Amino acid sequence: MTTTGRRESKAIAPKLLLLALAVAALLSPWASSHPDGLERVAEDLGFISLAEEATLFSGWMPDYLFPGLRHEGLATALAGVVGTLLAWVAVLGLGKLLTLARR
Amino acid sequence: MHIPDGFLDAKTWLGAAAVSGVAVGYGLKKTGEALQDRQIPVLGVLGAFIFAAQMVNFPVGGGTSGHLLGAALATALLGPWSATLILTTVLIIQALFFADGGITALGANVLNMAVIAPMVAHCVYRLLGGVRPLSIFLGSWCSVIAAAAATALELALAGTVPLSAVLAAMVGWHLLIGIGEGLITCAFVAFVRRSGLLAATGPYDEGEGKIA
Repeated sequence: MTTTGRRESKAIAPKLLLLALAVAALLSPWASSHPDGLERVAEDLGFISLAEEATLFSGWMPDYLFPGLRHEGLATALAGVVGTLLAWVAVLGLGKLLTLARR
Repeated sequence: MHIPDGFLDAKTWLGAAAVSGVAVGYGLKKTGEALQDRQIPVLGVLGAFIFAAQMVNFPVGGGTSGHLLGAALATALLGPWSATLILTTVLIIQALFFADGGITALGANVLNMAVIAPMVAHCVYRLLGGVRPLSIFLGSWCSVIAAAAATALELALAGTVPLSAVLAAMVGWHLLIGIGEGLITCAFVAFVRRSGLLAATGPYDEGEGKIA
């Protein structure tokens, strides 16, 4: 491992995190609201109702909307930021745990 | 293509959960062996980026949308088993907190998007001799189509819908969605490579360490 390599990957990680947060906060409210591939197929082939009948629980922020905010764009952006930070912490923690176990 | 609760019967979701459980266990072992300390921050930010990008559905025409899967992206930068762990973590967070993908369907969603998709991207990168714009595009495209085909197979196995109809429809839409996957992945890898990261850690470059 070269010191340059270490410095580069250290420098890029915060930039990529900022990029991820920007995507979550600024782009997600503009996401297409059309059904995705599977939802579209389930509608066309007539089995989408199976999902509506079977919802086990709706989670903390169903449909990526932060609870209690009336402005939908803002609720989506906030849910996106919270989820992005959650994913970052969880994956980073997993990586640290895995390499900790190695030592 | 997150499968919600209700689409799969118990035998199918239990079977898929068993297979992905074994694959994720193997992924934990492989990544634990091969992941270098300097790659850990990259692992984390890829989790963040893939979660964020999966929220941004892009229209593909005909009143349908798709979003980045990110399996080919994580595979290009770190390797298939790291991609499995990143995608699995993202899928768990989506199912638990955002009701995106069913709790019972989690094993099937992990199998399709966190195990099959990275493995297919990995095979394409290997076959085409590394991570270059064309192989990234094809690896991304194939990874999405393979995950869609696997989803169709599970839906048919569960008796939800006949295989011929669901396979054609799922693969058909994801031929289009996969183009978006390819373009975004190429752009992201080019951005990261320009910053020098891939040269330092690329898993498919000659003389580099083990595939994580």
